[in-house]
Amino acid sequence: MNENLSVLGVFSLLSILAVGGGAAVLPETKALVVGTHHWLTDDQFRDIYGLGQVVPGPNMLMVIVIGYHVTGFLGALMAFVGFFLPAGAISWAASRVWDHFEGSPWRRSLQQGLAPLVVGLMASGTISIARTAIDGRLTIIIAFAVFAGVYCVKKINPALLVLGGGLVGLALLSGTGAGMPPN
Amino acid sequence: MSPPPPPVPGAAPAAEAPSAYAVPQDVRLWDIFVTFLFIGAVSFGGGVVAYLRASLVLKRGWLDEEHFLSALEIAQALPGLNATNMSIIVGDRLRGVAGSIVAFTGMTLPGGSMVLALGVAYAANAHNPYVNAALVGVGAAAVGMLSAVTLQIGHKQLGQMLNVAIIAATVLMVSFLHISLVWVLLTVGPVAVFLFRPRKGDSGEGEGEAS
Repeated sequence: MNENLSVLGVFSLLSILAVGGGAAVLPETKALVVGTHHWLTDDQFRDIYGLGQVVPGPNMLMVIVIGYHVTGFLGALMAFVGFFLPAGAISWAASRVWDHFEGSPWRRSLQQGLAPLVVGLMASGTISIARTAIDGRLTIIIAFAVFAGVYCVKKINPALLVLGGGLVGLALLSGTGAGMPPN
Repeated sequence: MSPPPPPVPGAAPAAEAPSAYAVPQDVRLWDIFVTFLFIGAVSFGGGVVAYLRASLVLKRGWLDEEHFLSALEIAQALPGLNATNMSIIVGDRLRGVAGSIVAFTGMTLPGGSMVLALGVAYAANAHNPYVNAALVGVGAAAVGMLSAVTLQIGHKQLGQMLNVAIIAATVLMVSFLHISLVWVLLTVGPVAVFLFRPRKGDSGEGEGEAS
């Protein structure tokens, strides 16, 4: 089958499943891309997720790189369109419908009920990323330092903290083979 | 960046009358594009919500705090990323379909082009130990960042037992029982909405400060 259409189909499915944002759909993304389709290895997936972290904007823009790895620039386009078009169209339509329920008491119930569900999904997304990214004392220290920086020091730019984490890894881990394929 | 919602400048003394807020008229498409291009270019590491609030609520005054949270809850509850859904929803509120398209394009253009450039470079340097060590550090930093953002957003809900129970049930099902997201959404969602169903004698006022 045409690999470009496969990329489009997989990321369209992920787009519709991505309720609660990118962090919540990360495990499914990995299962399909690494497990089902063997488009990437575990290590490549972790690295490409890292690339998504160092660029601005939504870090799930990394789907572009996954598509690029499968079939080049056309694959990148397929992944982008697949991941953003279905969910974008649903959001656009639903927010308009939502406006028609202005004043309905159930609208407030929906907002109040979904708010903690979304917080729970964000927490789960954090846990799923931690399971791949936290693998030793140094990564724990980096995570806690960034957490403290973002949560306690209001004025700090998160970009600097993420890049700082990369520099610490570069300085302290580059001699250890961290993150390298086992062979 | 700060968790407690600050007062909205220019939104009038509308503390107990949210309907006093009105969608701004005649916002130029170019301004929408530039605003979201800026957010798309400076928001790093999953902290997009904070940048959205700083730009849309505090700087531009296109949304007040209540409407921002309302749009955010729609964006989070529906499929798709918070940042791109917010761009589509807010763009649509301001200028309809054209507003959605320019806002989405602005939001994804900087990061999308940069990540593609990095991806092409990465494909040529996949076995460089320096690249891999730096990416391990970046991944760890991302965990700290996501934890902080989750806590900032969930902060006000942690004071109410019902909210805590829904959060705990969601985390248990997704992270520890590995139940498919579809089933979590179809079970926890309706139950949570039912638990917050409209009550007799509750006109919808006053519960905003439940925590």
